[in-house]
Amino acid sequence: MQGRMIEMAKKLLGDGTVNRVIGWKKGEFAYDITPAVFENAEEIDADFVYDDFCGHNLSKYLIKESKKDGKMLVFLKPCDTYSFNQLIKEHRINRENVYIVGIPCEGKASAETIKEKGISGITGISSDGDNFKVNTIYGDETVAKSDVLEERCTVCKSKKHVVYDELIGEDGEVNENSSRFDMVAKLENMTADERYAFWRNELSKCIRCNACRNVCPACSCENCVFDNPNSGVSNKAAVTSFEENMFHIIRAFHVAGRCTDCGECSRVCPQNIPLHLLNRKFIKDINELYGDYQAGEESEGRTPLTTYTKEDCEPSIVNERGCK
Amino acid sequence: MQINNEFKPKIVAFCCNWCSYAGADLAGTNRLNYPADVKIIRVPCSCRVNPMFILRAFQRGADGVIICGCHPGDCHYTSGNYYARRRITLLFSMLDYLGIERERTRLEWVSAAEGAKFSATMNEFAETIIKLGENKRLEDLRCKAE
Repeated sequence: MQGRMIEMAKKLLGDGTVNRVIGWKKGEFAYDITPAVFENAEEIDADFVYDDFCGHNLSKYLIKESKKDGKMLVFLKPCDTYSFNQLIKEHRINRENVYIVGIPCEGKASAETIKEKGISGITGISSDGDNFKVNTIYGDETVAKSDVLEERCTVCKSKKHVVYDELIGEDGEVNENSSRFDMVAKLENMTADERYAFWRNELSKCIRCNACRNVCPACSCENCVFDNPNSGVSNKAAVTSFEENMFHIIRAFHVAGRCTDCGECSRVCPQNIPLHLLNRKFIKDINELYGDYQAGEESEGRTPLTTYTKEDCEPSIVNERGCK
Repeated sequence: MQINNEFKPKIVAFCCNWCSYAGADLAGTNRLNYPADVKIIRVPCSCRVNPMFILRAFQRGADGVIICGCHPGDCHYTSGNYYARRRITLLFSMLDYLGIERERTRLEWVSAAEGAKFSATMNEFAETIIKLGENKRLEDLRCKAE
């Protein structure tokens, strides 16, 4: 896959279709891969990499990059294309300046989970059916994919590219049987006290590093409400339990109806807070109350919170139906 | 806040200028009682209520928050309350999900002619909050220093 991508990037750079490429670049270690822009074939040869650690959603970077001169080549995995489409819908990306190559994805590995399994000195990873072959300085290890995939990949919602100019490999299908709402349903079935305890335990870990906000493709405001010096909560750690709750409620609320459930927030969280559970709660509610909706599926139309019907349910439904 | 061991709830009511605020006024001119602990904040439309306002009210010591707007279809701005309805539903559901008592928040449609409904709603809501007691789960101790 990496070879075909490099070949394609060089070809498109060579014939002038694009003047730069955004992809993934090797970091200090094999697993700390970072998104990077490449401007010529030499840079690509030196640093370009694509393997099972390349989980980053590149759509977010296109908000700024697509406003620059010239066309840019971007490699998007299926779930990234949903984010891309959603950003097109919000007029945040200049579509003419982007050349999308869709790449298949079989699920990305979480380096942290692999390390937790006692595997250290990782130098590479490759996919082998239902297993990952992890190369380490102590020799090769084989781990089952189901054990070390990112959470979002274990419940993958779709392997279909919703937008692309060109595809490498075959396009996949939407996974109708994804079990991504199971954990939300489980929480809903707890008592209020248990849920409160669960979320206090999780959210109190928050160090307000803002990584979830910075990586989120839906969080694309130029001026974020949490950067407002008058808000009292800008650029500082949460002081009380209230501030921890508020940051996460408001952040999830601001992306409600626009969140494509790409799972980047949970991936980057240094404290491993399951932030996707907040976003998925909104998605689940929207699906149940206002009809099934998958953000990013279409590049036109309105999101559930910017439209209404006269027959919508009343908020008292939360009392009637609500959580247990 | 506790005075003479009797819990006096603080309730914040966001009332839309065109219907509910006038409804509250009507309750007043009709001499209908509603608890003095209800603090009314006038907003141009129920959809002006940002979710942050509701959280902020809890932070600054509210024990309950109620939002009142025009009946669906009667919005002065045609559709504001329809948008508010979706937004507020999702927010209330999220608060419930986080384990915060769902009875602490409420939305009620009150028209300018419904002074009696306004007073009845507020009395009933205050009773619910008294039963629930002080807001502990969304409190900010710094704001309760006194």
